[in-house]
Amino acid sequence: MMINGKDLLGIEELSKKEIEVILKTADSMKEISERKIKKVPYLRGKTVVNLFFESSTRTLASFALAEKRLSADSFNLSSSSSSVLKGETLLDTVRNLEAMKIDFVVIRHPMPGAPHFVAKRIKASVINAGDGTHEHPTQALLDLMSLKQKLGTIAGKKVIIIGDILHSRVARSNIWGLKKMGAEVSVCGPPTLIPYKMEDMGIKVFYNLNEALADKDVIYVLRIQKERQEGGLLPSLREYIKIYGITPERLKNAKKDVVIMHPGPINRGIELDPRIADGKHSIILNQVTNGVAVRMAILYLLSGGEGDEDSK
Amino acid sequence: MTTREKGTVMDAIQIKRALMRISHEILERNGGAEKLVIIGIRARGDSLAGRIKNYIKNIESIDIPLGVLDITLYRDDFTSINSKPIVGKTEIPFDVTGRIVILIDDVLYTGRTIRSALDAIIDFGRPKEIQLAVLLDRGHRELPIRPDYVGKNVPTSENEHIEVKVEEVDGEDRVILREVKDDD
Repeated sequence: MMINGKDLLGIEELSKKEIEVILKTADSMKEISERKIKKVPYLRGKTVVNLFFESSTRTLASFALAEKRLSADSFNLSSSSSSVLKGETLLDTVRNLEAMKIDFVVIRHPMPGAPHFVAKRIKASVINAGDGTHEHPTQALLDLMSLKQKLGTIAGKKVIIIGDILHSRVARSNIWGLKKMGAEVSVCGPPTLIPYKMEDMGIKVFYNLNEALADKDVIYVLRIQKERQEGGLLPSLREYIKIYGITPERLKNAKKDVVIMHPGPINRGIELDPRIADGKHSIILNQVTNGVAVRMAILYLLSGGEGDEDSK
Repeated sequence: MTTREKGTVMDAIQIKRALMRISHEILERNGGAEKLVIIGIRARGDSLAGRIKNYIKNIESIDIPLGVLDITLYRDDFTSINSKPIVGKTEIPFDVTGRIVILIDDVLYTGRTIRSALDAIIDFGRPKEIQLAVLLDRGHRELPIRPDYVGKNVPTSENEHIEVKVEEVDGEDRVILREVKDDD
């Protein structure tokens, strides 16, 4: 069980019970960020490395703040300013960091499975901050927390995820999380960007947006990841906006109190119209606030966890 | 490890009398309830704090601000506990600066919980004074901490355990003395 384990690698491995414990802990952590002195001494003397091999604003800032608010010592390493540029391998990098007695590695990497690979080989706790197109567990947890706050419960709610499902680690983690919490999940996007056999996971697939929005409680808009569109799977951004962009006109087909979510960064005017991003349906900035609390909860729950016997 | 019940230390009536007496003592010592705020330590201390607040309201017709403190993140023993306690919510919806804080817990034992609570409260501001009220003092202090108000002094040995049950959490008011035995 992850609560007594050492790593957080994905939502797929978590049980519903564990997700509930994380959300409850995060709910308690939230208050700390509202104090005048936003700090508790819990992780005093522990060292955290934020190892980011891909760019990030929210996730990196959120982890860094979570670490500081729990009194851990932390620093950031990015591929562009480290010896990765000189050809050092991932494993050598983390083994060298471990030789300096660190306690946690928060890792973002373009290769799916990179955090899992590292976690098996070091004693420090590993937290996946996004591994390629695979998982982004802390994002899904902060999304679940935000939804629970907004709607009271997740079970039975109809959630649709819109956009590039194929390349989205956010979609993957959220689908696992939402389904475990009992939500009804569907997806909508260009057929080229919907993975094969989604229906077998119990997920409804829509290609017509108007039809898709009709009865949904939550619309989760994904970012069009320009960096992962090399294969010509999208004819043009203009066509995407026209068919899948979420605009005020489009929302006329949705429930009056529909909730709009987005993991950030927003491509304003592409997947999401600015009037919706900043409008009354949006809980996008609540998601960001909750991100710090969720990451504090994960650090708390993993601290002092025992490493596997076989990890070196 | 098993425990065996050795007897009831306090019943519902005795608990009520003790808390009412403490309420009077708090008012007497501080010359009223003007500057007072009450903070209860989770879980059980917060229930007792709510009752003392109500007793004081009945006596003086003053509503004292009530806060709840969870001290999990201030503990000094976290690396030695295997299963993590669930972190509860801390709710202190008032400024403690310049106020007299009445800190309330169920049992005073080593004093380490109170040490954590003092650190936590001081993170919220600079109270004029912090006073400590406990339902039971069972001795065996490991830190230089003493209570200002005590419901009952219960001399215990270290292989005994005091269990406090409160209506709000456990459905009954009772304090039980237990003997802890190693099975082997």
